[in-house]
Amino acid sequence: MIDNPEPNRPNPDVLLNHITKKEEKTHKGRLKIFFGMCAGVGKTYSMLKTAQKAKLDGVDVLIGIVETHNRPETEALVKGLEKIPLKEIKYRETIFNELDVDTILKRKPALILVDELAHTNIPGSKHLKRYQDVLEILENGIDVYTTLNVQHIESRSDTVKQITGTTIRETVPDSILDHADEIELVDITPGELLQRLVEGKVYTPESSKQAIQNFFRKGNLTALREMALRITAEKVDKELRDYKSEKNIFEVWKSGQRLMCAISPSPYSANLIRWTRRMAYSMESTWIAVYIETDSKISEQNKNNLLQNFKLVEELGGELITAQDVDVVDGLVRVAKENNITQIFIGKSQTSSLYKIFGGKSYLNTLMDKSRDLDIYIYGGDRPEQKNIKSLLLEFISKSHSGFGSYLSVSIIVSVIATILYFIQDNIGYEVVSLLFLLIVSVLPLFNYRVGPVLFAAFLSAVSWNYFFIPPHFTFHIEKPADVLMFFTYFVVASTSGFLSTKIRTQQNFLKQKEERTSSLFNLSKALSSATNLNDIAETSVKNIEKVFNCNCIFFLVDNNRKLNAKPHSSSSFVVDDYDWVIANWSYTSGRKAGKFTDTLSDADATYYPIKSKSGNLGVFGIKTENNEEFTFDQEEFFINFITQISNAVEREYLNQIAKQSIVTVESEKLYKTLFNSISHELKTPITSIIAATSSLEQENQVNSNKIQSSLIQEIRIAVGRLNRLVENLLDMARLESGKLKLKYTWNGISDVLNSVAARMKEELKTNNLEIKIEGEVPIFQYDFGLIEQALINVIHNSIIYSPQNSIIFILVKVEDGFCKIDIKDSGPGFPPESFEKLFEKFYRVPGTKTGGTGLGLSIAKGLIEAHTGKISAKNNPDYGATFTIMIPIKL
Amino acid sequence: MENKYNILIVDDEPQIRKILRITLESNSYKVMEAENGKDGIAFTAANKPNLIILDLGLPDQDGLSVLKNIREWSNIPVIILSVRNSEEDIVSCLDQGADDYLTKPFNTSELLARIRASLRRSAQVNEENVYSDGSLSIDLVSRTVKKETFEVKLTATEYDLLLLFVKNVGKVLTHRYILKEIWGPAYIEQSQYPRVFVGNLRKKIEDDPANPKYILTESGVGYRFVSIK
Repeated sequence: MIDNPEPNRPNPDVLLNHITKKEEKTHKGRLKIFFGMCAGVGKTYSMLKTAQKAKLDGVDVLIGIVETHNRPETEALVKGLEKIPLKEIKYRETIFNELDVDTILKRKPALILVDELAHTNIPGSKHLKRYQDVLEILENGIDVYTTLNVQHIESRSDTVKQITGTTIRETVPDSILDHADEIELVDITPGELLQRLVEGKVYTPESSKQAIQNFFRKGNLTALREMALRITAEKVDKELRDYKSEKNIFEVWKSGQRLMCAISPSPYSANLIRWTRRMAYSMESTWIAVYIETDSKISEQNKNNLLQNFKLVEELGGELITAQDVDVVDGLVRVAKENNITQIFIGKSQTSSLYKIFGGKSYLNTLMDKSRDLDIYIYGGDRPEQKNIKSLLLEFISKSHSGFGSYLSVSIIVSVIATILYFIQDNIGYEVVSLLFLLIVSVLPLFNYRVGPVLFAAFLSAVSWNYFFIPPHFTFHIEKPADVLMFFTYFVVASTSGFLSTKIRTQQNFLKQKEERTSSLFNLSKALSSATNLNDIAETSVKNIEKVFNCNCIFFLVDNNRKLNAKPHSSSSFVVDDYDWVIANWSYTSGRKAGKFTDTLSDADATYYPIKSKSGNLGVFGIKTENNEEFTFDQEEFFINFITQISNAVEREYLNQIAKQSIVTVESEKLYKTLFNSISHELKTPITSIIAATSSLEQENQVNSNKIQSSLIQEIRIAVGRLNRLVENLLDMARLESGKLKLKYTWNGISDVLNSVAARMKEELKTNNLEIKIEGEVPIFQYDFGLIEQALINVIHNSIIYSPQNSIIFILVKVEDGFCKIDIKDSGPGFPPESFEKLFEKFYRVPGTKTGGTGLGLSIAKGLIEAHTGKISAKNNPDYGATFTIMIPIKL
Repeated sequence: MENKYNILIVDDEPQIRKILRITLESNSYKVMEAENGKDGIAFTAANKPNLIILDLGLPDQDGLSVLKNIREWSNIPVIILSVRNSEEDIVSCLDQGADDYLTKPFNTSELLARIRASLRRSAQVNEENVYSDGSLSIDLVSRTVKKETFEVKLTATEYDLLLLFVKNVGKVLTHRYILKEIWGPAYIEQSQYPRVFVGNLRKKIEDDPANPKYILTESGVGYRFVSIK
C-alpha cells in the first residue's frame, strides 16, 4: 500500500482533536445530565442522591436551583445541602426567582446542582436561557449536575409535537448533549410512571388526572421513552467510537460526508434544519445550512422567520452560509461545490400548480438538473398551509414593498398623462397614445417603482386607453377587431415590459448595493492599512462604521496589562454607564457578542462585539443603531466583516508595538554594550597603570633609582588626569541628559575663554601648538563661561589626539550673522564621509581610530553648545585634517 | 643583576606600554614595543624576543589571531593581558598555546613572577627523572609519589594527571588541555572529569584539600600547579 503505509495509524488531526477536547475539558467544569423521557421519572431525585453521595466524599456541593414540586421524597434529599439564594427579578410587577450565576461564580463551589436545564429565564436575567447560565458556570471550572427531558432537545421538538400534539417552547440546543461529559438515563417504564401519577407522587391528584388524559398517555410515553433511550444510545455509541479512534483499536472510521441544507424564510425550514442535523449526527458528518439571498424582497414576517432559522442552525451547531445570487438554484450549486458537499437536503417545492401548467420547472427539478453528482434528499415533513386570497394579496403588496403610496402615485401619473394625451389625441391619433403609455410604464422602474405598482400602471393605462381613447370613447366597448387585438397586445406588452424592466432594475439595485458594500469594505480596509497607530485605527473604524451603518459607536481597547480599559476610546460617539461597561467586559472576556438584541444581558443600551485576535481579545466594539432597530441578518453579517477587518488592524498594531518594544530592547542593549566596553576600557587603562606603577614603587628588590621613581609617579599623574577627565565627562553627560543644566550667563570676551582653555590644556599642548587668530572686532557678549570652556576643551582635545605630534591646532574666530564663529582646524587624517552624521552621537567612535576615549567628548560639546542655542559641525579640509565649527549666538 | 632577555610588549595603549617599559627595564629586561597586531608579528619575526606580553584588545586584529599566527612558526612564551570577565577568550588563548595570562589591573610583582616562570619553562630542555620540592617528591622512573616520607597511593589516571601538572609547573592548564592529554581528544567535552580527579588528587597530596597549596583553581579557566619551595 503506497497511499497509506500504516492504515492503523490514527489521523493526526483526529488525535489533536482529542487532545484539545481533553484540554478544554480539564479546565472547564464537568457536566452531568440526568436525562429522562418526561417529568416524574425521578431525575431530580437521582441528581440529589448522587449529590448527597458526592457530599459524603467531601465534595463542595451547592444547590443552584432545585424544583422539588413538593414531592416529600425529593425534599428529604435537599436537606443538608447548602443553597445559593435565588436572584429576585422583577418583571411586569411580579417578582420571579432565577438562578444567581454571578454569586455562584463568586462562591466557586466544586459542584453545583441546576435543575431543569431547558428553562427560559425571565427578561432581565443575565442570559435568555438557563443552559447558557450553565455553560458560563462550566467555563469557570465548576462542575454542574442538571436535569433534562427528551422533549426539550431542539432537534426532537418537532417529533415530540407530532407524537403528542404539544408545542414545545422551552428547548436546548443539541450541542449541549455534546458538552455533557456524562449522561445518566433515569428510566422507568410507562406503566410505573402512570402508577406513580395515579398515586399522586408527581402532581396533585387533580392535575394528575388532567395530565394523564393529555400528555401522559401510554402511547406518548412509550414513544418518548424510545426517543430518550435512542439519544442515550447514540451518545454512548459516539463515546465508544471516540474511544476506539483515540485508542486506535481498529481502523479509524471516517465518513467524509458533508451535508448541506437549503433554508428559506419558511417556518418549515426549521424542521428541515433539525432533520439535517439528526442525519448529520447519525452519519457522523459535518453539515452546513445555506441561505441564498436573491433580489426579491422579503416581508418583515419572513425576515423574522429567517432569523429564527439562522439562530436554530447556530444552536444546533451547524455552520451557516449566506450567499447572494440572482438564482436560488445556481447559488445552491455554487455553495455546494465550494464546500465539497456530498448531500443536499431540501424541503418540498412550493411552486404553484399554475406555474407548472405553463411548463415552468420547479426549482427542485432545476436543482436536480444542475447538481449532477450530488445526492439530493427531499424533506416532506410538513406541507405549507394553504394561503387564502387575502393573505396572498397582502403578501404581494408587501413583497413589492411599495405600500399604498406608490400605487397612488402611479395612478396620479397615469391620470395626468392620460389627461394631457386626451387633449392632444386629435393631433397624434389614439394609436400613438398607446406607445406613449407604454413608454411611461417602461420608465417607471427607473424611479424605483417595484413590480406591483408598475403592473398596476400597465393595467390602469390599458383601461384608460380603452375607455378614453379607443373609439367609441367613454366606453369599454371596442368596435374594430383590429383595435381589440391592439388593446390586448398593448396589455401584454405593457405588463411584460413593465415586469421585465422592474426585474432588471432590481437586479441593478442589487448589484449596486453589492458594489457599495464591496467598496465600503474596501474603503475601510484601505483606511485601516494606512493607519499607523491605534488612535488612527479607532478613529477610522468608528468613522466608517457610523457612515455605513448609520449608528453610534463605542470602542474599548485593552490596556498594557491586557485588561479592558474602563474608558472608551476618544473616538467613541456615545458614553455608557457602569452597567454597560460590565457587559462590554463580559463580551471581552467571553469572546462573544453581548448586550442589546443578543442572548446575553439583552437589557443593555448597545450591542457589544469582541475584537478578536489569535493571541486573545483586544477590545470591544459597541454599537447603537440610529433608529434603535436590530440589524437584519444580512446587515449583521456585513457588520461582522467590518469588525473582522478592524480586529485584524488592531492585532497588526499590537504586534507592531511588541516588535517595536523588542527593537528598543535590542538597541538599548547595544548601547549598553558600547557604553560598558568603552567606559570599562577607559577606566581600566589608567587604573592598570596606577596599580602597576604603585606596585613597582613598592618593590624592594627593584633598582629604585630616583629617575625610575619620578617617571613612575608621572605615569600615575597622567593616569589620574585621564580618570578625572572621564569622570567629568560622565558627570557632564548626566547633567545634560537630566535636562537640569542651567546656564549662568555672564559678560565675557571671546579671548578670555580661549586663553583659559589654553592654560588648562597646558599639559596636553606640550606636543602640539595652539594658534589663535581673532578676525575683526568680536564684542563682549553673554555666555556661560564654564560650559563654553568645557566644550572648547573637548573639541580641542579631540583635535590633539588625532593630529600628528608637533602639528599646529589653528583656531580662527570671527563674527558671522550674529554668531561668534569659532573654527578649530587640525592636521589629522580627517573623517570618513559616512561618519559625519554620527560624529556627535554618544559613544560613537570613528571605526579604526586609536584606542583611548569614550566617544563622549564631542557629544558633550554639542550638548553644551546647543544649550546656548548654538550650533556645532565638522567638515574635512580641502587639503588634510578636519575643521570643527562652533557657532555661539552673540547675546547682548 | 644583568639580564639578557628581550621582551616584546604588544599593546595599543601607550600608557600601558610606558608603565610596562619602566617596570621591565628597571628589572633589567630589554623592551620592545608594538602598538598593533601587525607590528607585533613583524617584530617577533625580525627580532626573536624571548617573551611576548600580548594584549587581547588590539585595534587591527584581536590578540588571539596574533597568537595563532605566531604559534604557527614559533614557541616563544606568550603571556596574555586581558580584562576581567573574558574567561572564554583566555581559555581559547591558552588552548592555542599561550603560556600564561594576567587580568588588568595587575600587580607588577605578579607579572614579573609569571615572566620568570615562563622563561624558566622555555629554557627547560631535559626532563628530570625526579621532582621534589622538599615536601612532595615524585620518582618518574618508579612512578612513586611521596608526601614527606609516606608513600601516596595514586591510581594510574591520578598519577598521569599529577605528572602533567609537574611537567607544567606554574603554567595554567585549561580543562580542555587536561582532558585531551589524559583522556584523549574524544573526551574533550567531559569537563567534570578533571574536577573529580583533581578533587581526589588534592585529598591525597594537599595538607588541607579545601585550601590547596599545590593545585590551584583558576576559576573559569583551569588549574595551575605551583611548587612550594
